[in-house]
Amino acid sequence: MGSTAPAQVERPAADVRPDLPWLAIVWNDPVNLMSYVTYVLQSVFGYPKAKAEKLMLDVHHKGRAVVANGTREEMERDVQILHSYGLWATVQRDSA
Amino acid sequence: MSSGFRSSRGGVTIDLDAGEASILRSLVGQILGLVERGQTGDDPLERALGIGAAETPSDPVLARLFPSAYADDDEAATEFRRYTEATLRDGKRADAEVLLETAEQGRVRLTGEQAESWLRALNDVRLALGVRLEVTEELHDQLAEMAEDDPRYPAYVTYDWLTYLQDTLVRALW
Repeated sequence: MGSTAPAQVERPAADVRPDLPWLAIVWNDPVNLMSYVTYVLQSVFGYPKAKAEKLMLDVHHKGRAVVANGTREEMERDVQILHSYGLWATVQRDSA
Repeated sequence: MSSGFRSSRGGVTIDLDAGEASILRSLVGQILGLVERGQTGDDPLERALGIGAAETPSDPVLARLFPSAYADDDEAATEFRRYTEATLRDGKRADAEVLLETAEQGRVRLTGEQAESWLRALNDVRLALGVRLEVTEELHDQLAEMAEDDPRYPAYVTYDWLTYLQDTLVRALW
């Protein structure tokens, strides 16, 4: 019997996992100010100042920090906004 | 030298002298020239859709202003750049234009929205200068020890002043 239902699109399992496996990462650089990075994280993600400051300090001391997680599309959108503020940000799959 | 930004009713203000306004406009004008040189694809449809160049810019300043979004995946980085760089470029251009329209001698009053544009435009200038001058996080201390006849001195002083402006702007907006 024929079916009129659309064929199921095959996707890698990771793309439909509900557990938000993509990350937005901000990297340390010598230009962006500590105050500015904190301000941008508050402004872009709506984080309280204390959380934004902790992430900024992680970037500063550890060289990088995961600032958000979500779907790949969400993380690409976030990284695009971070680039508009001049932060050095990348997207990557959560390897954990 | 100006006393930086202060918060005011409905926005922020700064007092600029003629020299300061002129330096700001000149530096931001250079950024505008830099980001306007971007390429879009040869395909007219791609141009109309704002689909841009796929390659990482070879100029280190442009590579910093338009960074790669994927550290270890060149294919994903290329796709991301094709679909986002034109938008990023438009945003940088718009921010630079806001600063050029408002940076004048005397008291400059900015709305919250204009101040956000200034923040990003000042940061773009600092990123560009930072790459060219190869600055480190110790720049402020280096400057204190640098001889005034050092050829790098004027550029370092300018960079340090922009840092000060940006920092006071962030604090005025908080």
